[in-house]
Amino acid sequence: MDYRREEILQGVFLTCIHTEKFKTGTLSVSLLTQLTRETAAANAVIPYVLRRGTVTMPDLEAIAARLDGLYGARIEPCVRKKGEIQCIGFRASFPEDAYVPEASGVLAQTASAMGELLLAPVTRGGLLLPQYVDSEREKHIERIRGRINEKRSYSVLRLCELMCPYEDYAVPAGGFEAEAENIHYHRLTQQWHELLAVSPVELFYCGGMPFEQVREALIGTLDALPRGELNFDIGTDVRMNTVEDAPRYFTESLDVTQGKLAMGYRLGEAMQEPDPAALRVFNAAFGGSVTSRLFMNVREKLSICYFASSTLDYAKGVLLVSSGIDFDKYDLARERIGSELAALARGELTDDELGAARAAVAGDLRAMEDDAAQLDEYWLSRNLEGSECSPAELAALAESVTREQIADIAAQCALDAVYFLRGRDEQDAD
Amino acid sequence: MLTEQSYPNIGERIWHGTLPNGLAVRVIVKPGYRRSFALFATNYGGADRVFTVDGAEHRTPAGVAHYLEHKLFDMPDGGNALNTLAQNGAQPNAFTSSAMTAYYFESTDGFEENLKSLLTFVSTPYFTAESVAKEQGIIGQEIRMTEDTPGFVVYVNLMRSLYRTGPLRDSVAGTIESIAEITAQTLYDCHAAFYRPSNMALAVVGDVDPQRVAELAERLLPHESGSAPTRSYDITAGEAPAAPRTEVKMAVSAPQFLFGTRLALSEPGPARLRDRLTGELALRYLMGKSSPLYAALYTEGLVRHDFSYELDQAAGECVLLIGGESRDPDAVMARVLQQAAADAEGFDAARFDRVRKSLYGAYLRGLEDFDGLAVEQAEGVFNGCEPLQAFTVLGEITEAECRAFLQQHLRADAMALSIVSPA
Repeated sequence: MDYRREEILQGVFLTCIHTEKFKTGTLSVSLLTQLTRETAAANAVIPYVLRRGTVTMPDLEAIAARLDGLYGARIEPCVRKKGEIQCIGFRASFPEDAYVPEASGVLAQTASAMGELLLAPVTRGGLLLPQYVDSEREKHIERIRGRINEKRSYSVLRLCELMCPYEDYAVPAGGFEAEAENIHYHRLTQQWHELLAVSPVELFYCGGMPFEQVREALIGTLDALPRGELNFDIGTDVRMNTVEDAPRYFTESLDVTQGKLAMGYRLGEAMQEPDPAALRVFNAAFGGSVTSRLFMNVREKLSICYFASSTLDYAKGVLLVSSGIDFDKYDLARERIGSELAALARGELTDDELGAARAAVAGDLRAMEDDAAQLDEYWLSRNLEGSECSPAELAALAESVTREQIADIAAQCALDAVYFLRGRDEQDAD
Repeated sequence: MLTEQSYPNIGERIWHGTLPNGLAVRVIVKPGYRRSFALFATNYGGADRVFTVDGAEHRTPAGVAHYLEHKLFDMPDGGNALNTLAQNGAQPNAFTSSAMTAYYFESTDGFEENLKSLLTFVSTPYFTAESVAKEQGIIGQEIRMTEDTPGFVVYVNLMRSLYRTGPLRDSVAGTIESIAEITAQTLYDCHAAFYRPSNMALAVVGDVDPQRVAELAERLLPHESGSAPTRSYDITAGEAPAAPRTEVKMAVSAPQFLFGTRLALSEPGPARLRDRLTGELALRYLMGKSSPLYAALYTEGLVRHDFSYELDQAAGECVLLIGGESRDPDAVMARVLQQAAADAEGFDAARFDRVRKSLYGAYLRGLEDFDGLAVEQAEGVFNGCEPLQAFTVLGEITEAECRAFLQQHLRADAMALSIVSPA
């Protein structure tokens, strides 16, 4: 699995993973911009509008016909949040030439279609079509409203929003409804031009083509990218301390039968010179794996929660715990989750637990080499950090993380906010 | 022990065979991959509630297959197989559907040891009154969580509309009341009936030695094959839906819908693969993301990206499910039926050719998905067909077959609609 990275056009970086083991190739393009409340929703809707029609493929049917002819190549809008950077673009996958009857050059043709989607949308008077913009704005608003449908992810989104009132991190990848309401084809055209002109661009390819051919295909298709003064001044602000001295508590009610408890911690000093391997093993030991403290103790042994797990945002330095509980278990669950973290901070981690956490992290990282979509995510994050550490290298580092390192990280974690989603009761009805 | 079959068109090799104890083994060898995936499945799911085995009839409450799945990880030495596997670096898990219960792991190291653990724990039932009672809390929470999930509610309501009787009216996990009836003995009985090698399949995908997989399975599993249980579903084939339309209110942002119909299954064998592919091809032509119908519905704001369909097999039948989110689900269903009737009259040949290519590409994409491949292989064993033949069969299916599918199954009188709308 060969890794190579190069700036192929001004501010356009290509990361290439060469491997012949996949039968489907992967290609993605991401425009990088600062995530802000004001711009997030409009930025997020741009790839959806662009995906509606181009100069040579003016509507959905024409795009679909082109892609179906390429053995069902897919090019889909892709909007990601990495810390406080918003990554907007497309992700494509397509069959490798060797495995389709009578086909050749599927990569070049897919790259060409992707470039056209990004740079040559169908326009009138130089403006994006109002009917496409209006339709996608409505769909985007529906998507934003739809966040409430999945209560588990909704509770974590609400936690981030309430926990970080003074930080862009509060903004979800797709932005908020109020700003989405204001999307208008005039301003959106401007914002699209602006994005193209100033955003650094990350390209990712994983598949069997040699680097030179991939570069050639992409330069050919992105040559027309109008480059202006590039804005490299984007990044994630890591807040070291909690917003207030004591944790803040938020409760909301919905018509649900099971409660959702979400807890947010700041990693504090552990983010001073973050050790990515140690952070991963810490999270696996605390709540990020099936042998974690949260899973084994809070869920399995005590049966307090149906699920309890943690995720760690390595760019932002926040630890987010998510669990599903009976309404009356709120105090108990909070207390138990807190005490598991405190136990880790005291170094209470058995050899088995430590071994399992290391193995889980190393195994996940090594398995990543078999999954192009995960490699895309992984390398986008590394590229934003300016790191060239491969999954295999990080896996090796994870295997030597010590109990003390985990205890140090756990000791730095400070509870900042708690969010509880519960059912409606009599009082609410009054 | 196993025989190799090569598919040079897609660069795949599979080893298959049946062990003396009746266990079907399928190994797809993937050179150069770091991870390996093993799935040990029984042809037993939430729908298999009434059955006769060794001369005795058993009637079991809703939720046993799923309950058994949860409890099977307990080992007689007080350990838990989930932990054993995870300690060894594997990522273990399990699922129960209406038709199947499967236990699996993925690992990058220690494949053989993990495979031994998998085979051993699935064939070692150990249940106590205490452990069974304790699980009620956990599964009760799981059931409650599904009740808050709109996608789940819309599905259960559709199944209740499509079936007047039988097990598919109940959720795979059962209800708080039905699981209260489950005892350790229920679990032992069901394990004895359905977890016999002749009712099971072992599917492995990865860079592994296939003969070694078969050797380990033969050594660690019971040697007796056992007679196959016969199942009874209390379902009348071909009856009209119990209710054509169901609507409930929940905390959702917009109406979620699912509509569908029941399809008969052909006898186990290659015909089942061909039937499935015919259905998938016809449906992709009718309402796939590249169809004029989808483009129209999307442009008019009647559906979103999540509009999708699937064919789901259980209890000796197949169910076609079409769903998504829409401000007007009734209109979506009407338009689909209307277009199906029009398409049944004749296809656009060039578009049909492109749709066939795109389905081929979708299957090719599936070859990277180890979990999906292994599940497909186990289903193939239980249905008497070889899923890797799909790439060849796909080229043979005719327009006439696809049109017949639309004409026969996309009919208003056989369709039911389930909606979850905002409270």
